[in-house]
Order: sequence, then structure tokens, then C-alpha cells
Amino acid sequence: MGAIGDIVRSIPLDLIIIQTVNGFVTGMILALIASGLTLIFGIMDVVNFAHGELFMLGAYVGVVVIATTGSFWLGLVTSSLIVAILGAAMQIVTLRPLIGRDPLNTILATFGISLILQNYALWQFGPVARKIPEPMSSYFTLFYLQYPWYRIVIAGLSAAIIGAFWLFLKYGKFGVWIRATAQDRVMAQAMGIPVPLVYTGVFAIGAAMAAASGVLFAPLTGVDHSMGLDWVLKAFIVVVVGGMGNLGGSIAAAIFISLLESYAAIWVDPSQAVIVSFVVLILTLLFRPTGLFVATPR
Amino acid sequence: MTAAPIDKVVTLARPRLSHAAVFWLGFVAVMALLIAAPLVLSAFWTRLLTEILIWGLLAMSSDLLIGYTGMVSFGHSAFFGLGMYGAAAALLTVSPPNLWLAILFGLAGAAGAALFVAYFSTRLRDIYFAITTLIFSQIFYVIIFTWTPVTGGENGLIFTRPHLTIPLLYNARFTGTTMHWFVLAVVAASYLILRRVTQSPFGMVLQSIRENEPRTRAIGYAVERYKMVSVMLSGLFAGLAGVLYAVQNEFAAPDFVYFLTSGDTVIYNVIGGIGTLIGPIVGAGFFQLARELMARLFGEQFPYLIPLGVIFIAIIIFLPQGLLGFARRWLNR
Repeated sequence: MGAIGDIVRSIPLDLIIIQTVNGFVTGMILALIASGLTLIFGIMDVVNFAHGELFMLGAYVGVVVIATTGSFWLGLVTSSLIVAILGAAMQIVTLRPLIGRDPLNTILATFGISLILQNYALWQFGPVARKIPEPMSSYFTLFYLQYPWYRIVIAGLSAAIIGAFWLFLKYGKFGVWIRATAQDRVMAQAMGIPVPLVYTGVFAIGAAMAAASGVLFAPLTGVDHSMGLDWVLKAFIVVVVGGMGNLGGSIAAAIFISLLESYAAIWVDPSQAVIVSFVVLILTLLFRPTGLFVATPR
Repeated sequence: MTAAPIDKVVTLARPRLSHAAVFWLGFVAVMALLIAAPLVLSAFWTRLLTEILIWGLLAMSSDLLIGYTGMVSFGHSAFFGLGMYGAAAALLTVSPPNLWLAILFGLAGAAGAALFVAYFSTRLRDIYFAITTLIFSQIFYVIIFTWTPVTGGENGLIFTRPHLTIPLLYNARFTGTTMHWFVLAVVAASYLILRRVTQSPFGMVLQSIRENEPRTRAIGYAVERYKMVSVMLSGLFAGLAGVLYAVQNEFAAPDFVYFLTSGDTVIYNVIGGIGTLIGPIVGAGFFQLARELMARLFGEQFPYLIPLGVIFIAIIIFLPQGLLGFARRWLNR
């Protein structure tokens, strides 16, 4: 019993609480990215490899707008709009011709897009990371830390965006169209829903959500051309663990995985903490291949 | 009056070359060109050609999955990288460094990685398979990148090139030319083996999985087992490419385990034409030559991946069979 007591006592409670808050904040950002990804997959059967690049590009547009206007919130809105238009253009040019082909073609095409966007960002903005100042500088005391309120605001804002999106899906006219298309594409078309427009709209919305999370996240780490890759990988893990196309599952999985990674970071190097989420993915694939929150068909 | 038709009949009846004869003649002709190449080309171009062959081997190994089994792997960098680090292990620990031991170690490393990946990922299909292989390759990347005492971490490992040895017969330092011939021999042998595999009953089952998996299962084949063997075989050849790259460049670096290498592999396949085995090599050649050309025309800093990405997407949309797609049927006969 003594050994177990030692282990329990050796767990630093203050660190656990700090990491819970941290994990929750990254979890909400991840949920915002992953919900766009899972939406695009659920409606269009498209695995959007370029999602991380939309996140990265959103952050860069934010950097530019904030540098010229000085307003963070204007940057957030402008960046979402610009990237939404870009996303719509991307969908029309590259994904629309691929409708009806093997879904693997879309993963290849979006991979091509991600290469182009990433190299464009590297070429345009250079390899040095850009910084965005935090839009609010107040702190509160969390044990021995001065914890920035901004992080809490990010989590709240992400939750608000996801919530608004959910309401939109539930009650908005376009939202109903989206859900109808997800349920039965052919029937929706027969009922007069403009399915191609829904596809483009869904892609634009997903892109805007990725861009918004990019701008929100940028003050925490800085912006560089390769930031999208880490996040798209995490978002893929989240989407698979939560169940492809399952919005609620993705959000839950995003928070779950981010919390696990935060706790792991107490004991190991943060770059190795990623392995925890890989392990979660492997276990999920082994025991619940359709996702943690979806019943496995037997 | 009667002579002309007879002439025509004679022309028509001239024995046509069989498919096999044309194939082997073509093979020999291409081999002859590639063997002669380093004697004509400068050291720089020989080196580029050798590298194209190595990338071609990597892409060809992944074609076994993409083109024949119908599974797109985004994780071939793991096998390639493990082959590289396996070779590095042999070259750094055994003295004097031995080429064949490096190949053995590299293949063992790649086989280990492939077994791990195959066991978990073959339960999944389509995009799920693609994503899982990608994430598995990232696991290997993170391990190699952070395990600095063993793998050298970010800096990788540097070693000296072993001698080209054929026991009892030959032992000499590699030159650019012999390196090219050695790589060519390995790639050609791999091509013939993979071609034989895809034409064997085993390969037919793989293609049947590609065409209709539920039906293949219904006929009674253990689909998962076939897929696992296919992933492992593919991983072995990818590892072989890794060994060759390590031997040619005398280093192993974590960059090559990063998923961008897997992405390049997929690009080679799509550009060259999947399901042809030769297509991926052509794709690798196209990609590397285009890159070299753009670097010469617009400078080293030019973001060559932007135009190549556009070409890649255009090929997916307008030429989904790739550059060699027209010959796919013929090459697989």
C-alpha cells in the first residue's frame, strides 16, 4: 500500500489542474478544426487533406490583416471570409470534377492542394515564424502561474462557433439542406435541393472554421508554413477516434485526446506526448474501428 | 492479276512477334540504354538518374498496394526510412562496413515496420487505410526524431559507404558508375520479381481484392491475410530503396521518414500511372527532371512544388490513368 500511496502523492495536483485547463483550450481549437473536417467528410465523402493548410492560411491572412488594421477581431472575421471564398474556389475547381469517382481521388487531389498552398506560404512569407500579439493581456492567478485570460476566451469562442454552427445545422434553411444531403443525396436532389451548391457551401464553411481556429490559435505559438501538418494529423486522429462524419463524437474526441496529451506532457517531452494520441488511435482501430462514440456494426 | 493478292497474304502471314518477345526486347533495349547512360552522361546526371531509379523503386513498391491491391498508402516513408536506418545500423556497428549486411539490416528494419503497420492498418479500407498508414509513419518519425542517442535525432547519422563486394569475385570502392549499375541491377531485379508476383495466383487475388473485396471474401479467400502479405512485400521493397538511398548518399536523416516522402511516392505513382510498375519509375523521372529543370530556369529558391502540384491535380482530373495508363493492359499481360 505504501508504494501506491507514494505514487498517488507524487502526482502533482497543481500541475494536473493547469494541464487540464491547457488541454481543454487546445481541445476546443482542435474540435473547431475537426468539426470542419468531419462535416466535409460526412456530407461529401471527401477527406480534406488540405484542411491543415486552410488553418495555416487562415492564420497568415490574420497576420496580414492584423498588421495593417491593428484589430484582432477584424482579422478573425476577414480571414474566415477570405479563406471561405478560397475554399469554395478550391472545391469548384478541383473537387467538383471528381464527384462520382472513387473517394481516393479526392484524398489525392486535396493532398495536391495542400502541397501547393504550403509551398505558396513558404514562398510568400518565408520560413521565419510570424507572431500575432494576444488581443487581451489580462491574467488571472492559477497556483503559481499568471494564466492569460485569452486562452480561456479562445476555448469559449471555439465553443460558441461550434454551438452556432450546430444551431445553424438544426434550424437554418441551408443547414437543413446540408443535413438532407448528408442523409440521402439523390432524394435531396429530387426534392429540389441544389446539391452542388450545398457541397460548395459545406466546403466553404469548413474552410472558414479552419481559418478561424488558425487565427485564434496563432498568438499561442506563432505562424509558419508547416503548422498545418501537425494539426491536420491531429484532426484526422480525432475524426477517426470520434467516428467519421460524427460531429458530437469529434468534439468529444478532440477534448479527450488533448487532455490526454496534456497530462502526458507532465512526464515526457511534449513532442513525444503525441505518441499518446497515436496509441489512442491504434486502440480505437483495434476495438472500435468505427469510432469510440459510434456503435460498431456486428 | 493473281500475284498481288498472294503478296498481300504473304505480308499478313509474316509471323508477328509475340507479346513476350516484344516485352523482353523492350526490356533489354531500356536496360541497355540505362547501362550505357553513365558512360555518356556527366557525373551529375548519372547521380540524378541513379536517384530517379531509387525513387522509382520506392514508388514501384507502393504501386503494389495502390495499383494492384487498391489501397493507397501514405506511409511508405516509414519503410523507406527504416531501411535507411537499418543500413546505417549495419554500417556503423560492423567493421569493416559490409554492403550485403547493410541490405539485410535494412530489409529487417523495413520488415519490422511493415509487420507492425500491416497488422493494424489492413483492418481498414480506402481512406481509413490511407490515414492510418500516414499516422503510423508519423509514429516512426517521432520516435526517430526524438530518440537522439540511437538515431542521432534531428541530425541523423553519417557513415561511410561500404565497398561493392561480390564474395570471392570482386571488391572495390563504389564509383558513380558502379553505384549506378548496382542500383540498376537491384531495381531491375525488383521489377521482375514484382511483375512475377503480380502475375502469380497471389497477385490475381490482390487484383480481385482491388476490384471487389466482398466478392473475393465470399469466394473464400482470407482477404486480410492477403492484404497483410501485400503490405509487407511492399514494405520490403520500399526498405530496399531506403538502403540504396542510404548507401548512395552516406547518411540517414529523419526528413526521409517524414510524411512528405510518402506524399512524393504517391505523386510519382499518380503521374506515371498506377498498376503498371514501370509507370511509377517514369513518374519519379518526370518529377525529378521537372524539378531540376525548374531549378535551372528559375533558380534554386523557386517553389517547384507549386507547378508540380498543379500538374498533379490536372493529371488526377484529366488523365486518371497516368502517363503510362495507355499501356497498362499490355504491361500486365
